[in-house]
Amino acid sequence: MSLSRNDVAKVGLLARLALSDADLDTMTRELSTIVGFVGQLEQIDTADVAPLAHPLDTQNVFRADVPKPSLTTAEALQSAPRHDGECFLVPAVLGDTGAA
Amino acid sequence: MTATPTAAAPFTTVIGLEVHVQLQTRTKLFCGCSTTFGAPPNTHVCPTCLGLPGSLPVMNRTAFELAVRAALALGCKIAPFTKWDRKNYFYPDLPKGYQISQFDLPFSSEGALEVVDPKGALSRNVRITRVHLEEDAGKSMHDEAAGTGDTRIDLNRAGTPLCEIVTEPDLRSPQEARAWLNELKLLLVYLGVSDCNMQEGSLRVDANVNLHIPCDGGRIAKTPIVEIKNMNSFRSVERALVYEVARQYEEWQATKAEMGKTPKQTRGWDDPAGVTRAQRHKEESSDYRYFPEPDLVPVAVSDEWLAATREAMGDPPSVLRQKLAATWKIPAYDADVLVNQGRELVAYFEDLAERVGEGKVASNWMQQDVLRTLNERGGSIDAFPVRPATVADIIGRVAKGDFDTSRAREIFAEVLGSGRTVDEVVASMGIAAVDDDELITLCRELLAENPRVVADVKGGKEQAAAGLIGQAKKKNPNVNPGKVRAMCLDLIRQM
Repeated sequence: MSLSRNDVAKVGLLARLALSDADLDTMTRELSTIVGFVGQLEQIDTADVAPLAHPLDTQNVFRADVPKPSLTTAEALQSAPRHDGECFLVPAVLGDTGAA
Repeated sequence: MTATPTAAAPFTTVIGLEVHVQLQTRTKLFCGCSTTFGAPPNTHVCPTCLGLPGSLPVMNRTAFELAVRAALALGCKIAPFTKWDRKNYFYPDLPKGYQISQFDLPFSSEGALEVVDPKGALSRNVRITRVHLEEDAGKSMHDEAAGTGDTRIDLNRAGTPLCEIVTEPDLRSPQEARAWLNELKLLLVYLGVSDCNMQEGSLRVDANVNLHIPCDGGRIAKTPIVEIKNMNSFRSVERALVYEVARQYEEWQATKAEMGKTPKQTRGWDDPAGVTRAQRHKEESSDYRYFPEPDLVPVAVSDEWLAATREAMGDPPSVLRQKLAATWKIPAYDADVLVNQGRELVAYFEDLAERVGEGKVASNWMQQDVLRTLNERGGSIDAFPVRPATVADIIGRVAKGDFDTSRAREIFAEVLGSGRTVDEVVASMGIAAVDDDELITLCRELLAENPRVVADVKGGKEQAAAGLIGQAKKKNPNVNPGKVRAMCLDLIRQM
């Protein structure tokens, strides 16, 4: 299995990475190698193996529905590149790429 | 464009819904921050819901249990094993860069909820594809006036537990979609799963709709599926669907475009303008690059746990309607009206019916007097000042013949308006039980003044006695019409 340049360009877009033509060449080559390496797993017969949902053999970890103190607004905003004392500020969202 | 639906549409409308409801928990899904609505921005946030490095989610047990309760009430199969997945996308109100949701192993699937009209005009079984548990995103606020200004982000809502309910495309009209949503909301509110307050965003609906149009040669053309968003009330859902159905039919007539040839479109409902407008093209599911959430362990639901949840659930509205109709011998229509008003009103009715001993009488009073005045006044039935004991007292005095029903309703209104007791109101209105001697005297007078009526009744026309009631009430407003009629007939027979 190998990746096309278009595959890599699409993944780059989804990851919001600006890739130059040179980057795309490098990434396509390197990612194809990685995917090819992982692809060796396909040689193993997994017909009778249940998919692994989680590596830990633990289930049903819950907490009680009891409120705990939150951060103060100042603490919450302190590492934000920009804020107005109440909210995080981000550039106006134009192209709507969010999901439901 | 005109968006008038045709009376007999030459096509079948196909609608499926996707509903998100906020679960009634005190804290968020993965952290102890409060879910209370309306707090100042970014005051209910912590490292976990801000997605700060090194923080880890831990599942809220109540959220999971409420979600299971909702799924059980919708007749879903509960998966014995379920896990969570990351749904990856970038948006400023999603601090982690992924939403923790459920992809291939949702905790429940394959249910159904019927929409039933007691008059039988509307009844459809709507299949539920799946119900899953996920976290909400934060809120983006755009300053429309500033145009290119900043977008402000409030993350109080980020991480709030949501139950996503997806239906099969089983609905066949906008009206049906609205009726079904009403039933769903009633169910979830009854079971304490969600308050379903649309103004506060506790319930959000997206609708998928397209048309199946019969063509020459028996082929069915299917128009491209459109997903409608931004509907803020069930009325908006109905209006948006009515508009969209007409729009799709016009578009199909113009372009003959069919499903599959164009990508699925998302349109936003513009309520003031009454139109849907094209939005971005929906990303393909694979673009979300789902993968198992490594920070949460799976959940295995045992039979004992399920049984306990079922036990604690209480009756859903559909069962309660039947029980109410059977227990109190009231028509299905009455049971429907009462149940649709919510659990508290049903409790009020049952208290009243118990005291009165007659379900239909209690039901009539509920619908004619209690509900009507409650709707006029606003507020909840629990805060309604006239309690069942008082209504039962008034009804009891009617049964004893102290006064008639129309008088009783005046007394009810006066007790409600003045806050006085029934005895005080009865005294102040000059209502005193008319004793039998008084009644005989009054009836004799009536008969003496109305020889014509006496003759008619003697001639076999008993209904002529009805003409005496109004005159009797003029002489004494406290007389019981039924007693006057019976007494007059007796006296005439003795003449």
